Amino acid sequence: MESFAYEAPDSLDAAVALLAERNQASIRTQILAGGTDMIVQLRSGDRSPRVIVDIKRIPETRSIILDDEGLLLGAAVSGAELSARDDVSARYPGLVEAADLIGSTQIQGRASVGGNLCNASPAGDTIPALIANGATCLIAGPEGSREVPVESFVVGVQRNQLEPGEFLVALRLPPAPPRSADAYLRFIPRTEMDIAVASAGVRVVLDADGVCSEARVAIGAVAPTALLVPEAAHALIGTRLDEAACQAAADASSAAARPISDKRGTESYRRKVVGVLTRRAAVIARDRALGGQA
Amino acid sequence: MKQHVSSTVNGEQMEFLCEPDETLLEALRDRLNLTGTKEGCGTGDCGACSVLLDGTLVCSCLVFAPEIEGRELTTVEGIASPEALHPVQRKLLEHAALQCGICTPGVVVAAKALLDANPNPSEEETRYWLAGNLCRCTGYDKIIRAVLDAAAEMRGAAP
Repeated sequence: MESFAYEAPDSLDAAVALLAERNQASIRTQILAGGTDMIVQLRSGDRSPRVIVDIKRIPETRSIILDDEGLLLGAAVSGAELSARDDVSARYPGLVEAADLIGSTQIQGRASVGGNLCNASPAGDTIPALIANGATCLIAGPEGSREVPVESFVVGVQRNQLEPGEFLVALRLPPAPPRSADAYLRFIPRTEMDIAVASAGVRVVLDADGVCSEARVAIGAVAPTALLVPEAAHALIGTRLDEAACQAAADASSAAARPISDKRGTESYRRKVVGVLTRRAAVIARDRALGGQA
Repeated sequence: MKQHVSSTVNGEQMEFLCEPDETLLEALRDRLNLTGTKEGCGTGDCGACSVLLDGTLVCSCLVFAPEIEGRELTTVEGIASPEALHPVQRKLLEHAALQCGICTPGVVVAAKALLDANPNPSEEETRYWLAGNLCRCTGYDKIIRAVLDAAAEMRGAAP
């Protein structure tokens, strides 16, 4: 008779070995980080027995390393731990504000960016912010480790590309050079504690003359997965991020959106709003990048 | 197979056995008889089961009991001293900031965590901090006034 078990390996190697062994024995495993999605799903849906593998005692999943290489963010770092790091907020304000929008104070104490990504909700707030930043996923597994871009990690509604025995260890964000900044906006019909109707993340890099040299735009809640929108980025690159350029990016986002209609918003409404959010996020990112210059 | 858990609860070393997929809320209420922590929604939306895990405010319904191995937990039973209520508790009574009382333990724990982190919160900060503690009786205003009053008293400020 199968039953539940709880394991909390304290090293990467131990976790990989444990997952490989259980996997080989055809025992179901379930990775636990903050648990704010997983525990609810486990208790309300499929309650079949499995081994819960808590990754929070592995140092690599809990560390925040900010240096010349960029940001290395452990997959199980909570929103509260991330928000407490002013140095990270200064360089990746959009990512931190995306994480900060998720849930109440209580949820912030547990929920992680890595978990938000693995849960793979179309409306996950951190996912567009990660994609806009060009973040990659560091994955550990029985065949060794691998690194994949966030935009290809999520493959469908609540589906990611982790293979059996694999788990997300950390997220890597490229460095935030001077005159660069990101921003994330979502629309919800109330002030907080809600799920995005549409969202947009934008990251820009400006040259010494204030001309945009690099840009990435990602949109959320308007397709089965968050989308990278290269056409919106192209509309920004080479401009001073003036009104016309930001509007062109907005139009590109609206065109790239493939939303559904549901109780939170109709298809045409979402398509419109995701453009507005793209334009506003681009303006915020621009102003932040210019502000950093002064 | 039952899991053996050893942790510090309200300053006391405690040990208990639980199922691997049992929530901390269930273990507190049914194994440790600490029934001050209430179950509201069981999905992390209402905050009635708020506790402090290593000082961080969390919903005990969204923590597996074995996760607290070796860690420090404070529940609503650990907020008052043996001699007196915590100012947050006393002010909630003085302001009549409860009716049915189910949300109150969670409010007490969450408000204490707020005042530990920020002794002088604005009304807006207080409302945002407590947004995860649902109360269907009071309309929140009395709760917010009670918490701000407790903060003023704890700072030694005139109300």
